[in-house]
Amino acid sequence: MIDLRGVHKSFGANQVLGGVDLSVAKGQSMVIIGGSGTGKSVLLKCVLGLVTPDAGQILVDGTDVTKSDRDAFLSRFGMLFQGAALFDSLPVWQNVSFRLLRGRLKRPKAEARDIAIQKLQRVGLGPDVADRLPAELSGGMQKRVGLARAIATDPEIIFFDEPTTGLDPIMAGVINDLIREIVVDMGATTMTITHDMTSVRSIADQVAMLHDGVIRWTGPKDAVFDSTEPYVTQFVNGLPDGPIATLR
Amino acid sequence: MIGFLASIGASALGLLAVLGRLVMFAAASLTAIFRPPFYIREAALGLLNVGYLTLPVVGLTALFTGAALALQIYAGGARFNAEAVVPQIVAIGMVRELGPVLVGLMIAARVTSSIAAELATMKVTEQIDALVTLSTDPLRYLVAPRVLAGLISGPVLVAVADALGVFGGFLVGTQALDFNATTYLRNTVDFLTVPDVTSSLIKGVAFGGIATLMGCYYGLNAGRGAQGVGAATKSSVVAAAVLILAANFALTAVFFTA
Repeated sequence: MIDLRGVHKSFGANQVLGGVDLSVAKGQSMVIIGGSGTGKSVLLKCVLGLVTPDAGQILVDGTDVTKSDRDAFLSRFGMLFQGAALFDSLPVWQNVSFRLLRGRLKRPKAEARDIAIQKLQRVGLGPDVADRLPAELSGGMQKRVGLARAIATDPEIIFFDEPTTGLDPIMAGVINDLIREIVVDMGATTMTITHDMTSVRSIADQVAMLHDGVIRWTGPKDAVFDSTEPYVTQFVNGLPDGPIATLR
Repeated sequence: MIGFLASIGASALGLLAVLGRLVMFAAASLTAIFRPPFYIREAALGLLNVGYLTLPVVGLTALFTGAALALQIYAGGARFNAEAVVPQIVAIGMVRELGPVLVGLMIAARVTSSIAAELATMKVTEQIDALVTLSTDPLRYLVAPRVLAGLISGPVLVAVADALGVFGGFLVGTQALDFNATTYLRNTVDFLTVPDVTSSLIKGVAFGGIATLMGCYYGLNAGRGAQGVGAATKSSVVAAAVLILAANFALTAVFFTA
């Protein structure tokens, strides 16, 4: 469903992606692991068109993303941002139903609000949250609202950028379980980027490891924990010694 | 020597590149105002912020400036027995120059900075990226309503500033300088011409547009983190103030030297 072929991206002299090849099948949950600053977020942003690759091709259902109708393309996607990226000036329900209040998916206001409240309930938040502003919510609640916004239009493809970063272990577990439930229920194709191995255990069908701008390893979830590939072993076990350079 | 010349060349090229990006951004933003979808709520909020909430600071600034101008002209005019020209000079000074420039600088201080800080914060917290993934063009949703608000509010604020500036001069003239109220007003009205007022309002349109455009441009192009937000805010106000003063000179030259 999603194919990346030789994707390159540099910012000035800093090469972030050096030829990424990756395939994600329809209905599959792909988790991309890798250290901080290895280009995982840039990779997702390239697929979404937020960052333009210098070279390579990104295909969704065989269509080059740079040549497809942008609105139609984006209407198939949902995205949970690392910091939730909720709009400060809008109440929670308008954040969740943002896409339903404008553009080609526009619905009547009352219907959009009802859908927002349904989606909030889906992520474990009550209707009382709907009229609050994002600044009045805790980090975990903001993530849930971001998740509700990502699934508001029942998209075919959902991206999760570091879904558990900044959360306590219990809340991280709750978010991981929610993501897994939603992905299974909706049958969506998902790409998650994380360096949290608990997320990998909870969410992944397939795992890919990104390091130095290329995919070093890819395989099924269970294989990642038994892999003898030195990069994967070092990362999964959190070892200070290995091929991945560490600063001390 | 070659290194010195190269650094001058690099600076000149850098300046031209920034100017080119600003012009392209301004053209895209102005075009976005007239292309659907239109975000009415955002435009209304923009009018509230740029226009209505800027009224108190603009009004007070104009009132005190007009009053000070009357005192200065009276004291200066007394040196060659020309105290009687206070109403005329206050009127022409406020309407042609000080009203529009003060409004431009006040919008730059109050509105440009807040737009730049808001959009820069949205950028660093990925809210701009989120907008794009939600099929919403930031140029139409964030920039166009704010620039439209600047273009509409600018002349309205200038009209208020002109009136209150003249009123400040009138208060000082009649209460402290012994001018007759009726004579003062008649001299003011008789001396002002239609081109004085229209040039003032046109400057208001230009300055409102420049101030909001600079806030949006620097906000959307902010660097990372709190430092990026701070730098964007500072640069937007500096650029807006300089461009407003330069545009004021250019418009004055166009209107009054032909």
